[in-house]
Amino acid sequence: MINPQSPIPNPGPPRIDRRFAALAAAGRTGLIPFVTAGDPSPEHAVALMHALVAAGADLIELGVPFSDPMADGPVIQHASERAIARGVGLGDVLGWVAQFRQRDADTPVVLMGYLNPLEMHGYARFAEAAVQAGVDGVLVVDCPLEESAVLAPLRDAGLRRILLAAPTTAPARMAQLCEAAEGFLYYVSFAGITGATRLSTADIAARVAGVRAGAKAPVAVGFGVRDAASAKAIAGFADAVVIGSALVERLAGATEADEIATRAREFLAPIRAALDAP
Amino acid sequence: MSSIQDFHRWPDEHGRFGAYGGSYVAETLMAPLAELTEAYRRLSQDPAFLAELDRDLKHYVGRPSPVYHAERLSQHVGGARILLKREDLNHTGAHKINNTVGQALVARHMGKRRVIAETGAGQHGVASATVAARFGMQCVVYMGAVDIERQKINVYRMKLLGAEVVPVTSGSKTLKDALNEAMRDWVTNVADTFYIIGTVAGPHPYPQMVRDFNAIVGREAREQMLAQYGRLPDAITACVGGGSNAIGLFHAFLNDAGVRIVGAEAAGEGIATGHHAASLAAGRPGVLHGNRTYVLCDDNGQITETHSVSAGLDYPGVGPEHAFLKDAGRAEYVGITDDEALEAFHLLARTEGILAALESSHAVAQAIKLAREYPKDALVLCNLSGRGDKDVHTIAAREGVQV
Repeated sequence: MINPQSPIPNPGPPRIDRRFAALAAAGRTGLIPFVTAGDPSPEHAVALMHALVAAGADLIELGVPFSDPMADGPVIQHASERAIARGVGLGDVLGWVAQFRQRDADTPVVLMGYLNPLEMHGYARFAEAAVQAGVDGVLVVDCPLEESAVLAPLRDAGLRRILLAAPTTAPARMAQLCEAAEGFLYYVSFAGITGATRLSTADIAARVAGVRAGAKAPVAVGFGVRDAASAKAIAGFADAVVIGSALVERLAGATEADEIATRAREFLAPIRAALDAP
Repeated sequence: MSSIQDFHRWPDEHGRFGAYGGSYVAETLMAPLAELTEAYRRLSQDPAFLAELDRDLKHYVGRPSPVYHAERLSQHVGGARILLKREDLNHTGAHKINNTVGQALVARHMGKRRVIAETGAGQHGVASATVAARFGMQCVVYMGAVDIERQKINVYRMKLLGAEVVPVTSGSKTLKDALNEAMRDWVTNVADTFYIIGTVAGPHPYPQMVRDFNAIVGREAREQMLAQYGRLPDAITACVGGGSNAIGLFHAFLNDAGVRIVGAEAAGEGIATGHHAASLAAGRPGVLHGNRTYVLCDDNGQITETHSVSAGLDYPGVGPEHAFLKDAGRAEYVGITDDEALEAFHLLARTEGILAALESSHAVAQAIKLAREYPKDALVLCNLSGRGDKDVHTIAAREGVQV
C-alpha cells in the first residue's frame, strides 16, 4: 500500500507529454473523457476514474464543480450543481486524484474548471496540493492567456497550463496560443458552449490542420462527440478526441459503482474501438 | 487624500480598474469581445454617433431628468436638504434606458439584427425590449424563474414589446443565472447577436461601456447642482446591485474631492444573517461573470445565493469599478436592509408623492441617514434610479394586503 501523502516517483518528462509521445509513436488517436468530479456519485469518483482508464481513456479530464459555469452547457452545469449539492469541493477533487494515483501512476489527469475556486483555495497552496496529489495539468476555462499571470504558481510547481483555442480565434492570436501551448492545446471546435454542435467535420478538419502545424503541443479536439462515428470522423485530423457532455449525460443518475463502471465502459468501448480501427 | 489621482483615467487598455475588471472569459468569447471593444472604441469617438445618441436621449428617453428638492421629506428627516435625481421619469421608468439606447445604437452600427439581455427586476429587460422594438430588432430576454414570479408585470411588458422572455431554471434561478444563460446564447449565436449587458459588470468592455452610457446621469446632475445651488453636493448616494445607476451618478463627481460618495447595497435581512446581497460590504475579491471584483462566495469558491426584497439588487457580484473605488477609499459602501428600504419607500410616497422602485428605496434610505449627519444647509443628492410601479404587488404581498 502506497502512502497517498508521498507521490509515486515520476521521473522524466511530464506524464502528459509522455502519454502523447507514446500515442504518436503507436500511431493512435488519444481518447480524453471528461467527467465532473463527484458526479454521478462522490463515493465512487475514484472508481469511475479507474473505469474510464479500463474503457480506454488515455488521459482524464476532471471537472472541478463550479456554481456558475458560464462556458458550459446545461448537461455539465447540472452535473456541477449535483456535485456541489453533495458538498464536493476542490479539496475532495484533489483527494480523489491522490487516491487514483495509488493504483495508476501513468494516466495523466487534467483538472478543468473556473478561476474562483482556485483563487479562494489560494494559487500557491493549490499548486502544491495538486502536484502532491498527482495532477498533471490545469485548464482554467475563464482564464485566457491575457489574464493568466495569476496562474504562475501552478506552472512553477510543474503543472501544465492547458489552453483553449476556438474557431473564432483570430489568426494572430492563434499563433500566440500555438506558441504558448503546453501539454496539449484543446481546440473547442464550435463557436459555442460545450455540448452543442455547429461546424461541419470538413470545416473543423481544415482549421485543425492549420493549428496542428503551428502548435508546440499536440491538439485535442472537442466537437460535441457523442458516439463512435463522430469520434472516428475527428480521429483523422486530431491528436486526441475529448468527450464530455454525452458521457456526463450517460453517467447521470447511476448510484452504484458497478453501474457507473458499466455505463462508462459501454459508452467508451465502441469509441475506443473506432479510434483504433485501421 | 485619494483626490490626488485622476479617477477618470480608468479602465486601462486591458479593461482593468486597478486590480479589478479584465476579461475572464472562455476563448470562444475573446474574438467577439475584441470586435465589440474595437467597435465601441471607434464609435465612442465618432461625433456622428454621439450626436445620434444625444438626440435619442433627449427626444426618446426624455433627458435631462430633473434634480428635485424633496422639501417635505427633508423637513421630516430634519437634517440636510435631500435632492433627488429623477431617473424614474425616464421613458420606461428607470436609468436602464440610458444604457440600452446606447448599446442598441452600437449593435445597429455593428450590423447585428438580434439582441439578447439578462434581467433581474425586469427593468433592464423592459429597456432592452423597448429599444429592440424601436430599432426593429429581434429580442430575447433571459430571466430567472424566481424573478419571473416576483416581477410578473415587467414580464408582461416585455412580451407586449415583442420580446421573448426565456425562464432560467438553473442555479438560484435569479439574475446571476440569467446572466450565465445569456452569455451562453451569445457564445452560440455571436455572428448575428449583440448581448446588451444591463450593468457595469461582465468582461471588458462592458463595465466601461455601460458606465459611459449611464454617466450622463452624473454629468447632468453636476451641472444642475451648479446651476440650481451654485455648488456641488456634500454627499451623493445611489443603490448598488451590479452598480450601473451608482457609477452613472458617481463618475462625474469622482475627481471632486469634497463630494462624499456612498453606495447603498442590499443588506437584506441584515448582513449578520447571511441573507443579503452586499458584495462590497461583506464579500471578498474573486472572479465572476468575466471580471475580477468583490463576490459573495463560500470557501470552495462557490458563488452563494443572495437575498434582497428588490430583485434588481439581488446579485452576488458588483461592477469592478466599484471594487476599485472601495479599495481606493474614494467611495464608501454600506448596507441597507429590506425593512429600511421599505420604510423609506413609504416615507417618500407620503411626503413627496413619489413611488420609488425598491432598488432606489435603498438609496433613499441611505440619503435619509446621510441627511441626519449633516447640517440643514448641506446638500445630499440621491439617485432615484427607478419608479416603483413594478413593485406594488411585492410590497402588498409583503405587508399582507390583497390587491
